[in-house]
Amino acid sequence: MRQLSRRDALALGVSGAAITFVGLDERAFAAAKEASEQIAKFTGGMPAVSGKISIELPEIAENGNTVPLSVSVDAPMGADNYVSEILVVADGNPNPGVATFHFSPLSAKAQASTRIRLATTQNIIAVAKTSKGEFLTGQRLVKVTVGGCGG
Amino acid sequence: MAEKPRLKVPKEAKKGDLIEIKTLLPHVMESGQRKDRDGKMIPRKIINKFVCEFNGKPVFAVDLEPAVAANPYMQFHAKVDESGTFKFSWIDDDGTVTTAEESVTVM
Repeated sequence: MRQLSRRDALALGVSGAAITFVGLDERAFAAAKEASEQIAKFTGGMPAVSGKISIELPEIAENGNTVPLSVSVDAPMGADNYVSEILVVADGNPNPGVATFHFSPLSAKAQASTRIRLATTQNIIAVAKTSKGEFLTGQRLVKVTVGGCGG
Repeated sequence: MAEKPRLKVPKEAKKGDLIEIKTLLPHVMESGQRKDRDGKMIPRKIINKFVCEFNGKPVFAVDLEPAVAANPYMQFHAKVDESGTFKFSWIDDDGTVTTAEESVTVM
């Protein structure tokens, strides 16, 4: 059997590292792709305007099992024009969907909060839809110390 | 076995007031991603919908995914113009519906 030269060993190490890197990257990429597909489905391909929507999350979530999340849209809630839905997706979770909030003129304020699970450090994206068919979007990065998707 | 939801709704309000409502239902929200001790997948069992109505009119609703944490907590607002009753419903994957009601007096 041929002995591995120092150069061969080094090359092996490098390609091994490259494979792991690509593997991880592909998984993250797939989740992000699924997230953007879900957003596209929600907006029906309409462009979403950035801003006006705020996402409140801790900057660093120590426990991914329960992360407080609050979304709000700075828009009037009149009977003829109001924020009807807010979609929240997490682009690094095994399933990107988090929740869809449905509002009505009776809600009178386009704000809601809940607690969510996050598998890893990732972006939280919110897309709001108004009753007139306009879309608003916002995004926020959250660092997660311990993931919350079992295992 | 459906557990008793916890509700926080003001008893009284002034006409046109914006009131804050908080709800929590004890529930495992089993994500369908976890494995048991034998390495078998634990099937998904979550609350997939939450609905709030006031005097029969829709106020607020949520479609929940497994990414909502156990014991789903919801905080939102409602505008009250008349006395009435808020009705809350939680719909489980297995079809169980847990409901709760809370009335508000508008002065």
